[in-house]
Amino acid sequence: MGVPRYWREIPQRYNLIGTKCEACGQVYFPPRSMCPECRRASVGNMEEYQLKGSGVVESYTVIYAPPPHFEHEEPYVIALIKMDEDTYLTGQIVDVSPDEVSIGMHVESCFRRIYQDGKAGAIHYGYKFKPVG
Amino acid sequence: MRDVALIGGGLTPFGELWEKSLADLVAEAGIAAIMDAGIEGEDIEALYIGGMSAGRFVGQEHLGSLAAEVSGLSELHIPATRVEAACASGSLALHNGYLAVASGMYDVVVVGGAEKMTDVAGTEATNILASAANREWEAFFGATFPGLYALMARYHMHKYGTTREQLAEVAVKNHYNGTLNPKAQYRREVSVEDVLGSTMVADPLHLLDCSPITDGAGAVVISSMDRAEEFTDEPVRIAASETVADSISLSERSRFDGIPAAMTASRRAYNRAGVSPADIDVAEVHDCFTIAEIMAIEDLGFVDKGKGGSAVDDGLTTLDGELPVNTSGGLKSKGHPVGATGIAQIHELMLQLRGQADRRQVDDAALGLTHNVGGSGGTAVIHILEAI
Repeated sequence: MGVPRYWREIPQRYNLIGTKCEACGQVYFPPRSMCPECRRASVGNMEEYQLKGSGVVESYTVIYAPPPHFEHEEPYVIALIKMDEDTYLTGQIVDVSPDEVSIGMHVESCFRRIYQDGKAGAIHYGYKFKPVG
Repeated sequence: MRDVALIGGGLTPFGELWEKSLADLVAEAGIAAIMDAGIEGEDIEALYIGGMSAGRFVGQEHLGSLAAEVSGLSELHIPATRVEAACASGSLALHNGYLAVASGMYDVVVVGGAEKMTDVAGTEATNILASAANREWEAFFGATFPGLYALMARYHMHKYGTTREQLAEVAVKNHYNGTLNPKAQYRREVSVEDVLGSTMVADPLHLLDCSPITDGAGAVVISSMDRAEEFTDEPVRIAASETVADSISLSERSRFDGIPAAMTASRRAYNRAGVSPADIDVAEVHDCFTIAEIMAIEDLGFVDKGKGGSAVDDGLTTLDGELPVNTSGGLKSKGHPVGATGIAQIHELMLQLRGQADRRQVDDAALGLTHNVGGSGGTAVIHILEAI
């Protein structure tokens, strides 16, 4: 991934900065420039919004056939997480054995290394999730 | 809008075709379709070709011009358009060709689909296929394509009690059908035990729940219905061609127990054709993973949401069942050259509706449906075909 592309997504990836529609109050992550419910009324009214970082596992999988850059992580857990702000996202669950992950499990975000572009390439950081408590 | 007819089609064998290039495959399928339709090169007014990622699989873009060159049509100077919607590229190309003929713009159009996937290593193919998902918010975090379907599989199993064995039965059925299809990549049977004992790819999906990496191409010829009889005495009517888009990210969709785009597109297709799900005699659905076929028969209205697993148990979708699904072997056994898959589905139904499907022929097949999905559900394309 190109450095500019990585750099411009740092606020969202490091700090879970999404957007909130000031018209209806819905929070979106990843950030949206327009609210799909309010559309025209939301233009210019989408404010940055920091998610709390906690949510519930809606579904999960354990990846055994990883893409490039993730070979050393295998097996790792990818989950569909419903955030407390009622928006969904996809992320890894760490600090727990894959067989202890379950649907309905409460998780919270943590700041981790996602992958590295080769031995001397850029290291990409971002959010992962771990069990609460 | 004019009535549109399918007047011919051709398909290469599907598999690891190391001896053939992308261009070879496009030419082979195109020539077969033109011969089958009984048209001359001069009859062709436009070309459409579906392809997902030739640029990354073999370093080749500009597929419209490539197709014109290898088919010997360059000097005719006809329009040639490449269409892309990940794994639904082939049927989306057909949708565009259909619109061009239905509108009255052209009378005779050739639509192809092709993908050459085995020139790259397996992990690179996985990475290229992940570009059908949201690169920044799904793939970046290590989500793979099987992984996204695994999320839907576990969700479905949790919500409806769908079992691991029911998923495996989809693979067993489609591999059996594949043994009857000389074009299929895997013409061998597998058992439930084989599926459950195969390597884990993305829990709960095993290797034999996944469609393979495949090379292949297909092409069909369509014309206005009023000119179809000039070329063939067995035209097939395209009763509906509908497509809708949804969010590219799974996490952004309204539900995870099915593919909303397929639900909407199929309802519109039934309305357009003036038929109901119960009228369909045979269907080719997008079984890129076994869970996808279970969700498809629900999304298409053949069974209620949540009953797809038990319907498979009951044999609804076997070759001699009430509604045979994926008589070709499906993506699972026939193979899944992503850009060609939608055209291959149409080709199978063309054979079924003409009564030319040989040992996998469905008795009295008169109305067929294809269901082609791009990505994890960001695009769905539905066609309903009718024997005349």
